Amino acid sequence: MVKKEKVIQVKNLVKKFGDFVANDHLTFDVYKGEIFGFLGANGAGKTTAIRILCGLSIPTSGDISVAGFDAYTQTENIKKNIGYMSQKFSLYEDLTITENIKFYAGIYGLSDKEIKQKSDKLIQKFNLSDKKNKLIKSLPLGWKQKLAFSIAIIHNPKIVFLDEPTGGVDPITRRQFWDLIYEAADAGITVFVTTHYMDEAEYCNRLSIMVDGKIEALDTPENLIKQYKVDNMDQVFLKLARKTNA
Amino acid sequence: MRTIKFIIQKEFKQIFRNKSMLPMIFVIPLVQLLVLVNAATFEIKNIDLIIVDKDLSSTSRQLTAKFNGSAFFNVVKTTFSVQQAEDYLYQDIGDLVLVIPQNFEKQLVKNQKADIQLLINAIDGVVAGLSNYYATSIIAGLNKEVITRWYGVSKGNSAYKQISIQYSHWYNPELNYKTFMVPGILVLLITNIGLFLAGMNLVREKEIGTIEQINVTPIKKHHFIIGKLIPFWIISLFELALGLIIGKLVFDIPIIGSLWLVFSVTAIYMLVVLAIGLFISTITENQLQAMFFAFFFNLVFILMSGLFTAVESMPTWGQILNKINPIAYFIRVMRMVLLKGSTFIDILPEIISLSMFAVLMFSLAVWNYRKTS
Amino acid sequence: MKRFIGFLKKEFYHIFRDRRTLIILFGMPVAQVLLFGFVITNEIKNVKIAILDHSKDEITKQITNKILASEYFILDKNLSSDNEIESIFKAGNVKEILIFENNFAKKLEKYGKANIQIITDATDPNTANLIVSYTSAIILNYSNRLNVQSNVPMQIQTKTRMFYNPELKSVFMFVPGIMAMILMLISAIMTSISITREKEMGTMEILLVSPLKPAQIIIGKVMPYVILSFINAVTIIVLGMYVFGMPVQGSIPLLLAENVLFILLALSLGILISTTTDNQQAAMMKSMFGLLLPTILLSGFIYPIENMPIALQIVANLMPPRWFIIIIKDIMLKGTSFAFVWKETLILVAFTLFFLIISIKKFQIRLE
Repeated sequence: MVKKEKVIQVKNLVKKFGDFVANDHLTFDVYKGEIFGFLGANGAGKTTAIRILCGLSIPTSGDISVAGFDAYTQTENIKKNIGYMSQKFSLYEDLTITENIKFYAGIYGLSDKEIKQKSDKLIQKFNLSDKKNKLIKSLPLGWKQKLAFSIAIIHNPKIVFLDEPTGGVDPITRRQFWDLIYEAADAGITVFVTTHYMDEAEYCNRLSIMVDGKIEALDTPENLIKQYKVDNMDQVFLKLARKTNA
Repeated sequence: MRTIKFIIQKEFKQIFRNKSMLPMIFVIPLVQLLVLVNAATFEIKNIDLIIVDKDLSSTSRQLTAKFNGSAFFNVVKTTFSVQQAEDYLYQDIGDLVLVIPQNFEKQLVKNQKADIQLLINAIDGVVAGLSNYYATSIIAGLNKEVITRWYGVSKGNSAYKQISIQYSHWYNPELNYKTFMVPGILVLLITNIGLFLAGMNLVREKEIGTIEQINVTPIKKHHFIIGKLIPFWIISLFELALGLIIGKLVFDIPIIGSLWLVFSVTAIYMLVVLAIGLFISTITENQLQAMFFAFFFNLVFILMSGLFTAVESMPTWGQILNKINPIAYFIRVMRMVLLKGSTFIDILPEIISLSMFAVLMFSLAVWNYRKTS
Repeated sequence: MKRFIGFLKKEFYHIFRDRRTLIILFGMPVAQVLLFGFVITNEIKNVKIAILDHSKDEITKQITNKILASEYFILDKNLSSDNEIESIFKAGNVKEILIFENNFAKKLEKYGKANIQIITDATDPNTANLIVSYTSAIILNYSNRLNVQSNVPMQIQTKTRMFYNPELKSVFMFVPGIMAMILMLISAIMTSISITREKEMGTMEILLVSPLKPAQIIIGKVMPYVILSFINAVTIIVLGMYVFGMPVQGSIPLLLAENVLFILLALSLGILISTTTDNQQAAMMKSMFGLLLPTILLSGFIYPIENMPIALQIVANLMPPRWFIIIIKDIMLKGTSFAFVWKETLILVAFTLFFLIISIKKFQIRLE
């Protein structure tokens, strides 16, 4: 892949909560159109970092720019250019599929015509025309997550942030979900995804692995496997975790 | 502006989809209005009287007959023992004991002076005071009659001085307390609904996690808050209209002032209430907390507002505290406009205060709602 | 049993970890009792009046002084003509206008009769009624005194004794009412919400599949609130005694026992509410709207029940706080023993059982 425009630039990002250092001098860049994996055990500081990149939280120090905007002062500009889907399920359970689409598209400022087109396209794509007026709460989790993702990119953002998007669903649905991610990346959307499924890690173009608030490794999956002289990502991860524990 | 529209649409859908909430919003309050307005009276009608007539003379009989005939008293027991009567008082069988001692009439003729005793259950101090007054004035009436009987009309009249009191009640000559309570209870109901719906609303999104998704959108804070306010605002105004119709049809409340004025002030007032609700939402973490905050302020504001008890009777610090009580202002305005026909100029000070509250609370709610932590 | 104790501990942790709620739970009753004890009164105090004295003689001056010397009334303005009446009422401050007819003293001397006219602003009819009565009482008192001084023949003198509350403090009325209201609302709301919360979060299911019996679950959930509410009840009683000078004439153990009974009643009502809904918001609205106004209006807390229309008096009988307030007043102010409040107590017990049985029925239906 051609290394071109940097859409996320992070230099020495630090975030402290009191004495606790959640993010300890993170430095990395994410390029346009790539699928960037953000790995780490629970509590490693992934969610803290992603919240900063999304403009939900202000960093303690470091130089951070997302989609060309500063993460301290231009959080609202950042928000115009990103999509976000969190591990906590984010659609309104008591609204229907179309109502959710319309609502989120609406607050991102899409015109009525665009909203209509997008929502028709989405419903067609997922074959949901008979279910489109069903409440979200009546759908299975896998469907909810696929919809949540599609709605998170309904306004064609430059970057989409996915915080453990596939938690709790079966492997087949996860596979389908990754098809959607590839589709988005092909359309030029940069995908920033956190996960702790190691098989998913291998779907990413590049990976960073966080341990205790620091980035311990950053490269393509193939290079990482080579560098640590193991067979798969699982072992890379274990090795890194063991290294810091020792 | 367009974003506000989408939020409003969404809120309305969610409100009307919550089937267990709809009766709470539209039915229960109106039923309460219909029923509870009837309860709010201090008018004293049936003071349960126990008579101890140890004299059994014509004068004492004349007196007991007067009590029997009075609209205020209701003779429940007669006995010859004061002790027995006190027991009745103790057991709540009667509220007031009239004791006419033995030789009452004789004393009156011989000494030109005689005593009558009243024993009153004073747990409710106000009722006790009034009962005392009613009883005393009946006795004074008897006194005059007795003098007239013994000394003739002319002597009786000039000797026993009587100041007669005529009273008239303006704006509500029949002392119909219902017309007074309807506006007040109406205020209370729309306040409750607005405060709790708004108070629970934002914090609910926090609890279920959707707020995060909103915060990551480029939506403007004040657009979001305005979008959340408007649906409840419309519902409250609608509720007010419904309540006024019931008030007019069922309780025949006079609507003397301008309805435009009523609704305009309500619109301002509801902004205050809803902004307080949303402000509570922003400072709490879950619905339970939000509810308790709302409950606390609500109860304090309501009980201090002059809805049930007169504001004038409060200690000075209570009245000063009431200067920051929006419900007090609004109840005052509603009563003035609806019942007295006060005009815009009359209620201008209240309108200014309410508008200031609205601006202040709305700013606080917007300021305290953080999209970025 | 061991399992049950573990569960009970969890419930306590839930409550005591949430500092904010805890502060509200303990702080709110104290703040409310203090506030309302001082502020809520149906006594008349400092009512603004205006006087239109056409006579301006010795007697009218004396009467005016008497009226203004009471703490009930303060003079807002001396009027000079009838035309001012309307405008002074519209302005909204003056509630009563006293009009003495001309040659007042002369008429009283000569004919034994003179007239005072009272006009009230009756937009608040309750207050209007009270202030007319208060004013009349002062005037009656004055004329009685006048008669005593002038050696009128055949005087009947009335001696009044006020029982149980000789200083006619309105606080004595309101402390029991506030107590009933706070215990009722806090207990019922807390239980209904904490149970529906488990339902909404889905944790209720987990509890139901656990080996705990449904009754144990409910008892475990309710137990912390029994203790919490009991502490609140004691706090309110102590405040009533030491801040407002409420006597406790009767037995303190009996008083506390009645409080526990009432708390149980409120909690079982909370449980009943929680069986009718599965979201917190609805549970809260039900407890709030179903209980707040009826507890204030139909319990005899502020408005005497005897004065209400008959139909409403019957409805009021269905309000548990009404009976609780009677019990509390009897025990605290009259020193009544159990022999005199057993009927009211029995009613409270009946309500409690009734709520519990219905809840259990509803709960079982849900499980099937």
